[in-house]
Amino acid sequence: MYSSTPTLAALHFKNRLYWLLLAVGGMVAAAGMYAVHMMESHGHIITGMNNQIVWGMPHVFAIFLIVAASGVLNVASIGSVFGKAIYKARAPLASLLSIAMLAGGLTVLMLDLGRPDRIIIAATNYNLTSVFAWNVLLYSGMVGLVVVYLWTMMERRMNPYNKVAGIGVFVWRFVLTTGTGLIFAFLTARQAYGSALLPPMFIVLSFAWGMAVFHLVQTSIYMWNVKEIDPSILSRKKHLLGVFVLGSLYMVATYHFTNAYFSHQQGFERFILLDGGIYPSLFWWGYFVLGNLVPLVLLYAPGIKRDRWTALAALLIILGGFALLYVFIIGGQAWPLNLFPGYEVTSTFADGQISAYSPSIYEFLLGLGGLSIAFLITTVSVRVLNFMPQDKPYIAD
Amino acid sequence: MSDMDMNRRNFLKTSVGAAAVAIAPGMMLYSVAQGKSEGASSKVRWGMLIDTNQCKPGCNDCVTACNNENGLSGENNATNSQWIRKIEIKDISSGRELSLPMMCQHCEHPPCVDVCPTNASMKRADGIVLVDKHLCIGCRYCMMACPYKARSFVHEPLHDQNPDVPRGRGTVESCTLCVHRIDVGGKPACSEACPNKAIIFGDLNDANSEIAQKVHSVASVQIRADLRLNPGVRYQGL
Repeated sequence: MYSSTPTLAALHFKNRLYWLLLAVGGMVAAAGMYAVHMMESHGHIITGMNNQIVWGMPHVFAIFLIVAASGVLNVASIGSVFGKAIYKARAPLASLLSIAMLAGGLTVLMLDLGRPDRIIIAATNYNLTSVFAWNVLLYSGMVGLVVVYLWTMMERRMNPYNKVAGIGVFVWRFVLTTGTGLIFAFLTARQAYGSALLPPMFIVLSFAWGMAVFHLVQTSIYMWNVKEIDPSILSRKKHLLGVFVLGSLYMVATYHFTNAYFSHQQGFERFILLDGGIYPSLFWWGYFVLGNLVPLVLLYAPGIKRDRWTALAALLIILGGFALLYVFIIGGQAWPLNLFPGYEVTSTFADGQISAYSPSIYEFLLGLGGLSIAFLITTVSVRVLNFMPQDKPYIAD
Repeated sequence: MSDMDMNRRNFLKTSVGAAAVAIAPGMMLYSVAQGKSEGASSKVRWGMLIDTNQCKPGCNDCVTACNNENGLSGENNATNSQWIRKIEIKDISSGRELSLPMMCQHCEHPPCVDVCPTNASMKRADGIVLVDKHLCIGCRYCMMACPYKARSFVHEPLHDQNPDVPRGRGTVESCTLCVHRIDVGGKPACSEACPNKAIIFGDLNDANSEIAQKVHSVASVQIRADLRLNPGVRYQGL
């Protein structure tokens, strides 16, 4: 249990710890910049990505951050749109996390481009049929809208517009995560993708991942401020997190069940879920056991009530999310395109073969650099502005 | 006429002359670079008919010709560009074996063009699908979208490029149907190099062309015809 009256020495220690956290975050971001510099000077040859696995580890990080950035706003929506007080008190923190993760994720996506120096072309030459082009607007619009939403919460004169801004954010983030799911849903020929189930699946996953990120950050902030979250509030949020985890598991299960039913998809499902080496391992151990079963036990088992167990559950859900995205993005590309159904196929370009991929250190550094950007934005903002949830005495609403 | 008028007239004459001298070489180069003055015509649909019965297993002449023509290394690592590749296929139930070249199929409804955020992937009026190397930002979404795995990403800095075929590190590229040859009346290098004349190139819209007549008279299929992309490349004997 924490002491409720911090001593001067404890405050000094925390001040130093703050700068240490910034230094560590800054160093990781600098390492990410180094990776970008190396990729710029040598080309993507120094990454593990190739002409078969064209999107790699950076995309796992970026898509996690972008999906979670949308889901974390659930906390804000439940407060502003559905008028729940304990969520409304947390809406500013949720909005901050959303902006931070969007910034981190988009930085990774942008710096992984073959020609990041030409990023302005994405704004000047706009292809209306490209979901990537739509996402340029959806992502930048999201940041702008969340900034306005924060303004309506933190500036008293703007308070009357809070509900409208909240509804705007609520609608926009659904469209945004739909847009992220559509990146894959629109791929007509790849067996892992090209399904209308993907946008709703991404939306429900975003609920779970966003809530998990929110929970982890909230626990850290409460610990930092030597406060304890009201057990009744914790209990409600725990259950909501549990429901989101179950919901996302249902979507992922449905996606695999429908695939497994079609005989032309069974080879792919067998590969991803049974005999594909790292992919089934990551799916079952990483996503299913560590990312779902263990967190559900931690959230629902009657004897486990401490908030740090909930925080551990949140951390596992996040790691499970990375495992699922790795299987989805990399595993989905590793499975060969089916150009000649009913034929055995070989070529010099890996036709008919499972493609190999081993991510290089530069890809990890770039991805972690994106995480560190989100971390730095959050840490500095929480320090200089008031994002601490201010709960009134709790009354069920 | 006053001296001042004469001076002004001489000055204007000299200026116009100097401007013409300055601009002319640029205009000349422009017209050389353009190849033909008129743009691609939508009356034409360039395509190829590949006779798999004539395509020999183990023969790689079309691939070699493409590499030479377009300045590709010819190496087969997972990071090297392969604009055309030979695929060996074997019918699982009957055991029948075939060999065929696979490259950009120059679809009428190309998924790469649909998904490209910057319009770098584009289809010319005559059906040739190309990448504008000045607009490509290297996002690789087109590579994810292409059902034929026809596209490659340039993973390394390039040296000694063929001036007719500009390429660029960090951008995506694929078979151009040797557009630089077509625009001056030639045909693709692979088609020219095939010892068995297994690759017929021509205008699918010209009823008198060899390719149109053959497509009309022999059975040919499009790969992944179920996707309804209407590729300009067709295969005979599959």
